[in-house]
Amino acid sequence: MNRLLPRLLFAPAVISLFLWMIVPLVMTLYFSTVRYNLMQPGEKVFIGFENFIYFATDPDFTVSIGNTLLLLGSVIGITVVGGVGLALLVNDPFPGRGLVRVLLISPFFVMPTANALLWKHMMMNPIYGVLAQVWIFFGATPVDWLTDHPLFSVIIMVAWQWLPFACLIFITSLQSLDRDQMEAAGMDGANPLQKFWFLTLPHLGRPIAVVVMIEMIFLMSVFAEIFTTTGGGPGNESTNLAFLIFKQALMNFDVGVASAGALFAVILANIAAVFLIRMIGKNLDK
Amino acid sequence: MQHLALAIRTVAAWSVTLLIVFPLIWLVLTAFKTELQAIAVPPELFFTPTLENFHEVQERSDYLLFATNSLITSLLSTVIGLAIAAPAAYSMAFFRTRKTKDLLMWMLSTKMMPAVGALVPVYVMAQTAGLLDTLTGLTIIFTLSNLPIMVWMLYSGFKDIPPDILEAARMDGATIWGEFMHVIRPLATGTLASTGLLCLVLSWNEAFWSLNLSAAKAGTLAGLIASYSSPEGLFWAKLSCASLMAIAPIVVLGWFSQKQLVQGLTFGAVK
Repeated sequence: MNRLLPRLLFAPAVISLFLWMIVPLVMTLYFSTVRYNLMQPGEKVFIGFENFIYFATDPDFTVSIGNTLLLLGSVIGITVVGGVGLALLVNDPFPGRGLVRVLLISPFFVMPTANALLWKHMMMNPIYGVLAQVWIFFGATPVDWLTDHPLFSVIIMVAWQWLPFACLIFITSLQSLDRDQMEAAGMDGANPLQKFWFLTLPHLGRPIAVVVMIEMIFLMSVFAEIFTTTGGGPGNESTNLAFLIFKQALMNFDVGVASAGALFAVILANIAAVFLIRMIGKNLDK
Repeated sequence: MQHLALAIRTVAAWSVTLLIVFPLIWLVLTAFKTELQAIAVPPELFFTPTLENFHEVQERSDYLLFATNSLITSLLSTVIGLAIAAPAAYSMAFFRTRKTKDLLMWMLSTKMMPAVGALVPVYVMAQTAGLLDTLTGLTIIFTLSNLPIMVWMLYSGFKDIPPDILEAARMDGATIWGEFMHVIRPLATGTLASTGLLCLVLSWNEAFWSLNLSAAKAGTLAGLIASYSSPEGLFWAKLSCASLMAIAPIVVLGWFSQKQLVQGLTFGAVK
């Protein structure tokens, strides 16, 4: 009884998650080894590794891997550095601090499609967009963001959403920073930079690790922002791995090749997962 | 000197904040403009607000239907998710074995799998089961994709409840059910609430599955907003208006529970 009940309690969660993982995986494995195009009805012929070779030798593949990593790295970099800066800026009391904190978190709760279109149209439109107006005001030529810097534009949208998240985590963590220690350091003649480097930054080590981890989980497969703005283009300039697989499956109707691509994505995710799980595993023991 | 430092800090903090929130402020303003005012050069800061966009957004694509779909799928997936995740987290937190940690890690690893990897199989299955473009289909998928995070959040909340309290209750002859209802539940209400809220937010904002598996019948607000991306014609005022209505409930909800939501997302690792 005492051993059965705990299992019965977690069984529904474990079984449903197991099915949610294993059934699509097995189907993907099967699809990836057959010729299966929705536009060409007929037998699904076994073709071995042909789909994998096709997907991996597609020039878009390397570009998309690069874009995925660049997107992930840039957003994590921007949000961690910017988040720490912002958190320090609003840490000490000033008039309206409560309101500032509430306002700052808002972008995090905006749905990705609304976020993407807000930036695409109202901010980045080369003629009527706010950024174009600012550029003109300073006598510069407006930039056609989505055409000339598509990946950078997507990075801005995603970073805008996740910066508040990082910032709030750091604000929370700064509150538990030892004030006496800070004051003692000040008495001993430490300048603000030294205080930041030797006291604040080490204190923020764990929250930074957590932010990196959470963002990796959510940003590995950014999709909606790309889907609603650049459509992966121009060419393949803003195509990440998730979007490339989507294009193969639902725009080229090639389920076989898309499935092979999906398995590459799963492998990439697993490589990242190994690192992350080690990291959280350590935290879990504390 | 100190006054000057405070003044500089105040101005700096407010300027940066307004800069970051500016796109949202602009969105709210544009929602009350006419289409001509929305694309005016230079942009109009002072104008007579109009409410006609709200009417037209509803006319263009039955906004209320999409809003109802969003509401139903997020609420249902939250309730079902809690019903599945809470017992699991409870059992993992209070009946720990050597395998518990591995089980938790495995759950999290399923969340790291990119959704697009499962797109084709899930699409085929949904089609076979007749669940494409249905609220049932979306609810099931939202529940499953939030489940790992919910179990983790609840687990880290339950873990903070001192086991001594449970021992004492057991000594007094409490059944597992009694233990859960009278000891755990009052202590865990906060965790349950913040987990539910987070799930609500994630489902409401979910875009990948709703874009790919739903359309006119079961489409959610995330999908409706995406339909405004069509290149022909500029209708920013309507886009802003539809976006405002779609994000306002969740952003306001976020304001009131930001601490719990964001801390929940870090699985209690940051305090």
